[in-house]
Amino acid sequence: MALKATDLKVGDVHEEIVVENLSRGLLVMYAGTSGDYNPLHTDEVYTTQAAGYPGVFAHGMLTMGLTGKMLTNFVGDGRLKKFGVRFTNQVWPGDTLTSKATVVAIGEGEIELELATTNQDGKTVVTGSATARVD
Amino acid sequence: MADKVTMPIEATHIMMFARSVNDDNQIYYDAEYAKNTEVGHVVPPPTFYRSVAQFDPDYFLRPKVGEKWFGSAKGPSGIDGKPASSGGLHAEQHFEYHLPVQPGDVLTVTTKPGKVWEKESKRAGKLTFTETILEYRNQKGELVVTSRGVGVKTERPVDQG
Repeated sequence: MALKATDLKVGDVHEEIVVENLSRGLLVMYAGTSGDYNPLHTDEVYTTQAAGYPGVFAHGMLTMGLTGKMLTNFVGDGRLKKFGVRFTNQVWPGDTLTSKATVVAIGEGEIELELATTNQDGKTVVTGSATARVD
Repeated sequence: MADKVTMPIEATHIMMFARSVNDDNQIYYDAEYAKNTEVGHVVPPPTFYRSVAQFDPDYFLRPKVGEKWFGSAKGPSGIDGKPASSGGLHAEQHFEYHLPVQPGDVLTVTTKPGKVWEKESKRAGKLTFTETILEYRNQKGELVVTSRGVGVKTERPVDQG
């Protein structure tokens, strides 16, 4: 389902809940597939007693991956040209994240999007931008 | 990261990765389904490429045979007198996608150092930012993906206030 430039206008928004009540299990799965076994994400004992954080928290790349799910659902598979983010706040087990893409420019065969992922308290955890090919 | 890493693109790895980012798009799971999509084959999810860490022999965030690991075991850390720093966090990540990638491709990933800069922060003390650029080339030598990551080392754990 490819996006058509003619169906879009600047200011259009696509929004999705990308994870609800984030589980520590998902953090373990992400460690296993990404290869990032930093104990800050999976090892509560290390994280609280040795590293001084209140508990394990999500890999930034997991939050980007969740944001990417919203993005590919919106623009279609194999259509991204650029995807970039800044990690602005940590994501914790129990968080529910909503990702949003806003059309900021429509060019020749491509669109530019502004991205934001926020938690259940409305705090932004990721901001970013993307460029995608459209018909 | 090692200067040059070989990253075979495998369907099972893509499937497991998609599960781990909570994504049930069937293009990541089902080759038959993928055949009938616009792309025509299974593709990796857009953030998959950082999983090159799996294939990096030097990757420091993976326990290795015969080496001490800094995560908990009998005690809260497996390394005595571990450094006070909370280690590195990921500050930014940018991908550029140049050409399609699919299972069966074998990518060669090379590292280029980027900029290094410092900043003072109320929440975590002195911050040191380090940029790393990764270039992913396929078996034909074509540049398929570029990744630019920015890591940050904090002077102390990030204040949650």
